[in-house]
Amino acid sequence: MRDVAIVAFAQTDHLRRTDELSEVEMLMPVLHQVLDATGLRARDIGFTCSGSSDYLAGRAFSFTMALDGVGAHPPISESHVEMDGAWALYEAWVKLRTGEADTALVYAYGKSSPGELRDVLTRQLDPYYVGPLWPDSVALAALQAQALIDAGEADEAALASIAARNRTAAVDNPHAQLAGSVPAGDYVVRPLRTGDCPPVGDGAAAVVLAAGDTARSLCTRPAWIRGIDHRIEAHSLGVRELTESPSARLAAERAGAFERPVDTAELHAPFTSQEVVLRKALGLDDSVRVNPSGGALAANPVMAAGLIRLGEAAARIHRGESDRALAHATSGPCLQQNLVAVLEGETTHV
Amino acid sequence: MPDVLSAPLVVEFPFTRSLGPVQSAFLTGLRERTVLGVRTGDGKVLVPPVEYDPVTAEELHELTEVATTGTVTTWAWNPAPRRDQPLATPFAWVLVELDGADTALLHVLDAPGPEAVHTGMRVRIRWAPQRTGAITDIACFEPYEGEATGESTPHSGEFADPVTGIVTPARLDYTYSPGRAQSAYLNALSEQRTVGERCPSCRKVYVPPRGACPTCGVATAEQVEVGPRGTVTTYCIVNIKAKNLDIEVPYVYAHIALDGADLALHGRIGGIPYDQVRMGLRVEPVWTEGGRHPDHYRPTGEPDADYDAYKELL
Repeated sequence: MRDVAIVAFAQTDHLRRTDELSEVEMLMPVLHQVLDATGLRARDIGFTCSGSSDYLAGRAFSFTMALDGVGAHPPISESHVEMDGAWALYEAWVKLRTGEADTALVYAYGKSSPGELRDVLTRQLDPYYVGPLWPDSVALAALQAQALIDAGEADEAALASIAARNRTAAVDNPHAQLAGSVPAGDYVVRPLRTGDCPPVGDGAAAVVLAAGDTARSLCTRPAWIRGIDHRIEAHSLGVRELTESPSARLAAERAGAFERPVDTAELHAPFTSQEVVLRKALGLDDSVRVNPSGGALAANPVMAAGLIRLGEAAARIHRGESDRALAHATSGPCLQQNLVAVLEGETTHV
Repeated sequence: MPDVLSAPLVVEFPFTRSLGPVQSAFLTGLRERTVLGVRTGDGKVLVPPVEYDPVTAEELHELTEVATTGTVTTWAWNPAPRRDQPLATPFAWVLVELDGADTALLHVLDAPGPEAVHTGMRVRIRWAPQRTGAITDIACFEPYEGEATGESTPHSGEFADPVTGIVTPARLDYTYSPGRAQSAYLNALSEQRTVGERCPSCRKVYVPPRGACPTCGVATAEQVEVGPRGTVTTYCIVNIKAKNLDIEVPYVYAHIALDGADLALHGRIGGIPYDQVRMGLRVEPVWTEGGRHPDHYRPTGEPDADYDAYKELL
């Protein structure tokens, strides 16, 4: 089957609020940026796939409004996942691998500002035994953090240093919402403090995928997707070992992440404690540059933050700053679902 | 007048769900102060019980009763309870492995403060005084001094008057902002004007404007006033009265191409018997006192528009 690469990536500045922008207004600039970067016009794209959630907008079929931004008339080949855009990228990758298209536009967006994100995310939980208790996203992450502390795998100081490292890295990221020195703050849900939690904000991202020689013609150094896989764990938190992420481990194995070392990893870890779990599951030691973008602790536009990890990893390959990068996206409480991709430049950068 | 509008938006729905045999037994059991788990093929007891083994996907039905006491396996202190959470005072979220179970149940623990909570602490269920067959029949857990028993006993899962469904209300509160283009449209309507936006590429005028041309995929910004008169391009006759709607049926709901617009919008047609509305009918908006949009459209009395004049707008 044909090789597929990420050939362009763009993201918005991530902001606490964007009241003046509708979703399509927020999205259009990044769509235009990736099309301009490749010289493609919207009607040249073989397949379009997006990721977003109606629950953020509080409106049914909200993604159909965003389609205005891609020029969906006359009709295009289009699909949508009610998930992070990383899973939309996976669907597009399958479409290109099977030869049904040569190019794909993948985009994702999320405006968390209209609602209360912690409450909104409770609606993705098991509606029989868990949802009626309204355990918010920080509470569930805090249970995982305490399990790590009890197991001796982290303490509050170690978690704070993860926050500091990510947000220091984000100083070089002009799109980041939180960068530089950020106070640890008070407990939100103990043991997690405000500093351990991602910023709540609005943002969008887009990538262009292309197959084989088309990729080479559109980009001087395409980021080839050498492997990509996603796995899910049981939905009940009480049957899972929260200090482990077997789904991330298996996805990485199937994506070929362990065949050779990676030099860069972009991890979708909105909470500091999740980076501890992921580093262990993915076997990342200090030789790997983790989250040079600042990761989700610097900007976490829900539904786009995972796609941004793939985009950031690809952009480093485009720029010659990485030869082999791992990109990870997550969804659901406590790293329930995990997607891992391995990206490579065609020739080793000297 | 603010440039960008915003308004409260409440999304609320009582989700009504039916229960399978295992969930029905578990939730009915809670109503009767009995906690049931389900035994897997390899002898593990899952509490709360599920219908399919999360490891093997094998269908599960062997119910077993576990204790109402247990051990905290992990916890998190919530200093600021949120709306709809089980306790209004600060509490701990806990995963509790009930005595006799091999997995943990998520719930909350009533404790005076975080220093009173630790992993491994012993807890017991505090039942809600009024129980209906829901996870909230467990009001919370509370500290309990007593050794683990570790036993579970087979249970038929049969109760009088079993619960077969639950209703879970879900309310989310938003502050909705329609963005620049739609705010401009709504602001103009408050002055009884209708504005669209012209695509810089194909020159079409979209109304209501959404800030993008769906054909060209580019931003629109040039504001264009359209109407007030327009042409009925197509219509339907509504015969069934919607709940809370203060309009007599039958009435006509139409697509109306306002003069100068390249897209038809929706509106009700009044001031003419419903069976005399026709394609090509020329109409104008009728505003009510203080209304933020036309109440309906009525005939202008002009001759009908030629089909060729609106055929592209159907």
